[in-house]
Amino acid sequence: MFVRWSAAIAAAVLLSSPVLLQGASAADKPTDPQIAHIAYTAGVIDINAAKQAQKKARNKDVKAFAADMVRDHEAVNKQALALVKKLNVTPEDNDTSKALSKQASEKLAELDKLSGAAYDKAYVANEVAYHKTVNGALETQLIPSASNAELKSLLQTGLKIFQGHQQHAEHVAAELK
Amino acid sequence: MKPGRLATIALAVVFLPMVVPAHAATIQIVMENLVISPAEATAKVGDTIEWVNKDVFAHTATARGGDFDVMLPPKKSATFVLKKAGTVEYYCRYHPNMKATLKVEP
Repeated sequence: MFVRWSAAIAAAVLLSSPVLLQGASAADKPTDPQIAHIAYTAGVIDINAAKQAQKKARNKDVKAFAADMVRDHEAVNKQALALVKKLNVTPEDNDTSKALSKQASEKLAELDKLSGAAYDKAYVANEVAYHKTVNGALETQLIPSASNAELKSLLQTGLKIFQGHQQHAEHVAAELK
Repeated sequence: MKPGRLATIALAVVFLPMVVPAHAATIQIVMENLVISPAEATAKVGDTIEWVNKDVFAHTATARGGDFDVMLPPKKSATFVLKKAGTVEYYCRYHPNMKATLKVEP
């Protein structure tokens, strides 16, 4: 049973987050400067998606959700910047960050082609999937790998925020149906 | 402004909370790092709940039944006077994983 569950979980993770796993195998354990870069990049990606939604979304709940994403992720990233400055750490670009950004710009282009209710639905569905992926990476990869206690603690707060966003996105998605 | 007047204002501010009837209490509930504590609080009708948001994120205290929907901007507090008895489950609309219960006694 245990093996079967592990296999199922591994399959689910593989399906949802190919990028983050690739990053993990390339460099077994990301360093703190890399973790900071990945976490910051993940935030920027969601802010960009939300800014697109603020322009394109029709549904008022979707618009409000997008505004919440901009506000929260900017607040998290502001804290992250303050922390790296305090710790004198320079965030280091890495394959995971690059792959995340590439995948995100492809998604942004794909969503840009949609409009109206189809766009709203696709944006919210992607927000659910994206937060799920980032939460998985935070839980299994980034938080356990972080060596600085303050960085770890910020990532843990980030995880709670993003889990909240995932649930919020799931509510909005359910309302759209 | 004369110093005497400032002192009067200060005194008024200090004593103002004492003017409310003795039986009505103010119960403070803190939101910090996306955790509401205490997660379960007991109060009486007429009491004031003061939610203190210590996070840099905006939160809400939103009752499932629609009794209240209190906005809590980052690093701000807000209050609500309890009007009816019963057990109220509430959560944050922005982060629905933040949940708590309020037991309001008559």
